[in-house]
Amino acid sequence: MSKQINVALIGNPNTGKTSVFNALTGLNQKVGNYPGITVEKKEGICKLPRGVKAHIIDLPGTYSLNASSLDENVVIELLLNKNDKDFPDVAVVVSDVENLKRNLLLYTQIKDLEIPTILAINMSDRMDYKGIQLDIPYLEQELQTKIALISTRKNKGINELKELISNYKELSITPCLNASEIDKDYFDKLRQAFPNQLLYKLWLVITQDVNFGKVDRNQVEAIDSFKTKSTADLKRLQQKETIKRYQFINNTLKKGQTIDLNSAKDLRIRLDRILTHKVWGYLIFFVILLTIFQAIYDWAQVPMEFIDGAFASLGEWTKNVLPEGAFTNLIAEGIIPGLGGIVIFIPQIAFLFLFIAILEESGYMSRVVFLMDRIMRRFGLSGKSVVPLISGTACAIPAIMATRNIESWKERLITILVTPFTTCSARLPVYLIIIELVIPEGRFLGLGYQPLTLMLLYLIGFGTAVLSAWALNKILKIKSKTFFVVEMPNYKLPLLKNVALTVLEKTKSFVFGAGKIILAISIVLWFLASYGPGDDFNKAEEIVHAEYAGQGLSDIEMQQKVASHKLEHSFIGITGRAIEPTIKPLGYDWKIGIAIVSSFAAREVFVGTLATIYSVENEDVDTITNRMAKDTNRTTGGKLFTLASGISLLLFYAFAMQCMSTLAIVKRETNSWKWPILQLTIMTAFAYIVALIVYQFLK
Amino acid sequence: MQVTLADIKRGQQGIIADVSSIHIPLKLLEMGCLPGNMVELVQVAPFADPMYLNINGTHLAIRKETAIHILIDISNE
Repeated sequence: MSKQINVALIGNPNTGKTSVFNALTGLNQKVGNYPGITVEKKEGICKLPRGVKAHIIDLPGTYSLNASSLDENVVIELLLNKNDKDFPDVAVVVSDVENLKRNLLLYTQIKDLEIPTILAINMSDRMDYKGIQLDIPYLEQELQTKIALISTRKNKGINELKELISNYKELSITPCLNASEIDKDYFDKLRQAFPNQLLYKLWLVITQDVNFGKVDRNQVEAIDSFKTKSTADLKRLQQKETIKRYQFINNTLKKGQTIDLNSAKDLRIRLDRILTHKVWGYLIFFVILLTIFQAIYDWAQVPMEFIDGAFASLGEWTKNVLPEGAFTNLIAEGIIPGLGGIVIFIPQIAFLFLFIAILEESGYMSRVVFLMDRIMRRFGLSGKSVVPLISGTACAIPAIMATRNIESWKERLITILVTPFTTCSARLPVYLIIIELVIPEGRFLGLGYQPLTLMLLYLIGFGTAVLSAWALNKILKIKSKTFFVVEMPNYKLPLLKNVALTVLEKTKSFVFGAGKIILAISIVLWFLASYGPGDDFNKAEEIVHAEYAGQGLSDIEMQQKVASHKLEHSFIGITGRAIEPTIKPLGYDWKIGIAIVSSFAAREVFVGTLATIYSVENEDVDTITNRMAKDTNRTTGGKLFTLASGISLLLFYAFAMQCMSTLAIVKRETNSWKWPILQLTIMTAFAYIVALIVYQFLK
Repeated sequence: MQVTLADIKRGQQGIIADVSSIHIPLKLLEMGCLPGNMVELVQVAPFADPMYLNINGTHLAIRKETAIHILIDISNE
C-alpha cells in the first residue's frame, strides 16, 4: 500500500496530546508553520502494523470547535475542508482520564462532523490513584467509537492505538447525539436549504468568524443569509447546544464511569495550598527564578570552557593544515571565530529552554498566571502576560505568539509591545561576555557578583516591560471586552522525552537560525576587515615602521602596530570610524560600533562580529574574551572595556530593539507596520539615552 | 439561598443556578460552567481576585468581574 493514512490528533490542552504524538512518531517529526500564519504545525510519520504508514498531525490544543483564537481556527479550518491534503482519514481525540467529562465535549463535536474518530483516554495509569473505573464496552457503544486506554508515562496502550488507527475503516461515523433538537424549526429550514451539506458544518460556519477561504466561498455567502438570528440569539443557541451536549455526556458517564472519592488521593490540593499561597507562593516563585539563573551559570561552566578552547585550537589547526592564503585566513579568522562565538552559548541556552519546558510541563506556569493576574492588571496586562514575559527570556518570537490566548485585545497588544524588553537568549551571549569582562568575580551571600548582575539585568528587562505597559495602558485608548479564563491543570512530573524533544528542537532552531546569519555576516566582515583602499592600508608596514623607527620596539610589538594600523584603514575601519562620533559619548569605539550596527540583524551577532574583527587584528591563539580584555580605548588611553563602558553597553542591549525577526512577527500579529516601527524607534532611542547618561555618570 | 459566585468564601460549595450568557464567554460554558453543575472555591489570590474554582471536576481560575455574573445556590447551614 502506498497511500498513507492521514491522522489528526485533537484534544484539550493539558491532556498529554503532545506526549501521544511523541510516542507515535518518536524522532520522525518536524515542526513548521501553517502557510501564511505563524501557528506551529507539528507533523510526523508513524509505522503501523502490517507495513502501513500514518502521517500524523498534532493539531493545536482546543476546548471546543468554537474557535476563539488563531491556533484554534487551524483545527476547525482543517476539519471543515475535505480538499485539504492533510484532511484526516481518522481523528484521534486525546483525553485525560481525570477530565473525561470536559474532554468529551470536543469529542461529540468532532463526531458530528462524521469523521471516523478514535477516543484515546490518556493518563490511565492514574485511574487507581484517583479511584476511577471505566466500563469500556458500554462507553464504546454509547459514544459510537473504539477506545484506546493509554498511558504515555508508562508506555502502555500505544500499540493498541496503532492497531485501531490501521483499522479506521471499521469505525462508525454516526454522531452520538442529535444536537439540532435545540431549535427544531431553525435547523429544519437550514437542512432544507442545503440538503447536501452536513448540518453541524453549516452551524459552525454560521456561528464562527473564522476564515473559510479554503472552503467553498459561494456556499458561505448563501449561508450568510441564514444569519437571521441576532448575535445574542445565536449565543443563546450555542449555550443550549453546550448544555445539550453535557446532558448526553453526563448520562453516558453516569453509567460508564464510577469514581470512588474515598480512594481518590489528591496531591493538587496539598501542593496548591503552598504554591498559590499569598506569601509562600510569591516567595517560591522568586526562589525558582533565582535558582534558574544560578544554575545557568554554574552548570554550563564546564561545557563552555571546553567549547571555547576547542574553537581556539580549531582555528590554529586549520591554519597549520591548510596552505597559506586568503581562503585559509577567511576560514580561520572569519568563519571559525564567528561561529565559535555563538556555539559557546549552546549550553546556557539549552539550560534556559530546559527550565522553561519543565515549568510549563509540570503545570506550575498556570499557578504563576493565577498569582500574578491581579498585579499585572494594574499595569494593563493580564496574568496570562506572565507566560510570554517568561518565555520571552528564551525568544521574543514564540513569546509574542503565546499572547494569542489573551482574550482582551488591549491587554494582548500591550503584551506584544513590551515583550521585547524581556531578556531573550540572544542577549545572553552579549551580557555574558561583557559581564565576564567588567564585573569582578567575588561572591555576596554565597551568590556570585556575576550571576547577580545577570539576574539584575533580567529584572531590569522585566521591570521596564511592566512599567512601559503601565504607560501604554494610560496612553492607548482601546476599548475591548476583557475576560479571563485559565485552566489549572493537575501537577505532573514532566516527561523526560517531552522535555528533551522540546529542548532539542528549540536549541536547534536557535543555533541554525542564528548560525546562518552569523556565517554570512562573518564572511562579509572578514572581507571588509582584510582589505582596504589607498596607501594607508596597502603600505601600512612602511608607514608604521617609519613612525616608530628608532623607538626600540620588538618585532612582535611592531607586527601588532602594523596589524591594528591595517585594520583601522580597512573598509570596515573606515566605516566604523565614520559612525564613531555618534557612539563615542556612550564610551564605545568603532569596533563596538560595527558590532552594534551588525547586531540589528540579530543581537547575538554582536559577539560573532567582535570575534571576527579581533581575530583579524590579532593572530595569536587566544580566546575572544582575552582579546577583548586587552584592547585599549584610543581616546582615554585606558582599557576599552571598563565598568562604565561595560554597563553602558549592557543597558544599551537591555533596551534597544535589535531583532528583525521580532519586528516581522509583531507586524504579523498586529497586522500593521505602525506598532513594529514604534517599537524600533522608541526602544532604540531610549536605549541610547540611558547608555549615554550611565556612561557619562560612571566614567 | 442564592448569591453570586463572587460572594462565596474559600472552601465553600454551591450549585450553579444561572449564568448570564451575554457576560459569560462561551469558552467558560464549554469548560463546564453551566446551570446544575457543582462549584467550589478552591483558592483565592490576594484581594480575592482571581478565584481558583473547581467546576464539575474542572479546575480553572476566573476574575471576580466574571464571577459576579454567575448565580449559585448555596445550602444554608
